[in-house]
Amino acid sequence: MPPALSVRVRGLSDRAIAWIFIAPTMVLLLAINIFPLIWTIRLSFTNYRANRPNAPVRDVGLQHYQDILTNPDVWAALQVTARFVIASIVLQTILGFLLAWLIDKKFRGHGFWTTVILIPMMLSPAVVGNFWTFLFQPQIGLFNYVVGFFTGIPPSSFQMLGDVQLSPWAIVLVDTWMWTPYVMLICLAGLRAIPENIYEAAEVDRASKWRQFWTITLPMAAPFIMLAVLFRGIENFRMFDMVNLLTGGGPGSTTEVASITLKREAFEKWRTGYSSAFAIILFVTVFGLANIYVKALNRVKNR
Amino acid sequence: MRSGITTAHSVIEPALVTKRIAGGLVILYAVLTMVPLVWIGLTAFKTPPDSISYPPKILFEPSLEGFCNLFTTRSRQTQEYLHSLPPPQGRCEALARDRSMVVVSESKFVPRFWNSIVIAFGSTALAVGLGTLAAYGFSRFKVPLKDDLLFFILSTRMMPPIAVAIPIFLMYREIGLSDTKLGMILLYTAVNVSLAVWLLKGFIDEIPREYEEAAMIDGYTRLQAFRKVVLPQAATGIAATAIFCLIFAWNEYAFAVLLTSGDAQTAPPFIPIIIGEGGQDWPAVAAGTTLFLIPIVVFTILLRRHLLRGITFGAVRK
Repeated sequence: MPPALSVRVRGLSDRAIAWIFIAPTMVLLLAINIFPLIWTIRLSFTNYRANRPNAPVRDVGLQHYQDILTNPDVWAALQVTARFVIASIVLQTILGFLLAWLIDKKFRGHGFWTTVILIPMMLSPAVVGNFWTFLFQPQIGLFNYVVGFFTGIPPSSFQMLGDVQLSPWAIVLVDTWMWTPYVMLICLAGLRAIPENIYEAAEVDRASKWRQFWTITLPMAAPFIMLAVLFRGIENFRMFDMVNLLTGGGPGSTTEVASITLKREAFEKWRTGYSSAFAIILFVTVFGLANIYVKALNRVKNR
Repeated sequence: MRSGITTAHSVIEPALVTKRIAGGLVILYAVLTMVPLVWIGLTAFKTPPDSISYPPKILFEPSLEGFCNLFTTRSRQTQEYLHSLPPPQGRCEALARDRSMVVVSESKFVPRFWNSIVIAFGSTALAVGLGTLAAYGFSRFKVPLKDDLLFFILSTRMMPPIAVAIPIFLMYREIGLSDTKLGMILLYTAVNVSLAVWLLKGFIDEIPREYEEAAMIDGYTRLQAFRKVVLPQAATGIAATAIFCLIFAWNEYAFAVLLTSGDAQTAPPFIPIIIGEGGQDWPAVAAGTTLFLIPIVVFTILLRRHLLRGITFGAVRK
């Protein structure tokens, strides 16, 4: 028997194997993601409340969607989210790119220090976020003490987490501390992907270092920077854990990002129907962002 | 990290001064970024009064009170009662007596930590198992709508966790999976399998098809070739993927805090609610945080070569 034929006869067909291999993953995702999603869509048209499972359920049509999109509190939460996303991304991108650029100078021991810098991003945002509330304590917290030490402001005179002005910045600060390494790592890959002979040619042409940075380094690293920005954008848009532990949305609702609003509606007020509609609106937004993200991923990949 | 091949006289090799300045700035950032973590480690070995002293103490007499408070629950007693007791057995009891307390029982930290281990390893094994099969399927065969399926798999991971938690909460209540380890394992598997498929597809794509084809010409079936040729070749990739899944499940908080309250509660929702008399017991919180973070720091160091790939779903490989 020729070998090619024996393969076909003795084993399962490739087509069968492909489906047997892929099906379990699909079944799991259908059960844990898609089925609940359809359930959520169904609930979003009703006044169902999860804490009263036996109460009569009434169809309310598109009422919830209309309520959400005309509710000033929802728009306030989306604004808080947008401000948080933009501020943290701007900071992380500048800082991350700068760090990557410095690390790319390949000073002695850069490998070791890169690993040290990467540690915060792998840690649990909840557990570490919780510890930051200790660092931010007005009198005894290390953060307040250090700020006081260098600026002369008494450490008990300001509350990073209790102040309407400061608390959004406290969250941006912790987020930046945690996720700058992420941007740095992707930017570093971008910088290292630039072929050295381009710089050599620029040197021959006597282009200044400044000019080389703006005409070679930055444009060639740009797709990688975009990738980092998009990914951080999606992640911060759905951020819950760190904000929940640092401020819980407070003081008042100054740091109430969309995820916190959703949690309050769904698991504190138990307005399941209403919060389902809100969840769908957030899904659609993230899905749109994810779509852009995957297109960008493919563009980087195909370079 | 990959280091570039540069000759000593390369025109683009940065000058020594530039390198020193760059190095100084990076090290400054690295040291600053470590301060909060070092502070967690120091606080774990402080006594409660030391932990909240002003100014903050850098030098202090180390104490195991934080760890004792993490692992036990204590209650305050009258002096007469304390004097009537036999001498304290063990270090934690002695420390409790110094604060006019007695150890009542073990705390819930060990069971919560154990839940974290079971759920993280269980979901990782499942996600990597399913993910390896699916990744091989997507890598080697013509699958109809392949790109759409892969996008669908990725998009499930981008959903806001609270939005996913609402229907999962209802579904688990109906089928009796509320606050069970199995329920959490299935949920984390579903979240991690998307990462596993994308990462492993990248790793398997890099294994030349010729290896399997050669094995199949030698008489292996497709499944044998998968088991004996592809799996060993992909071992490093599978290990790296597993560590990423493990870290996600270990760190996860949103689902854990909303969907578990007792039996299946993991460490992340538990650690922040460790309280002593009159508020949070910071040395105990710090001790729990330290024990919780150490495995991740070790894993991060092990993973450093694959980190980039893991955090970009395999999009950037170097």
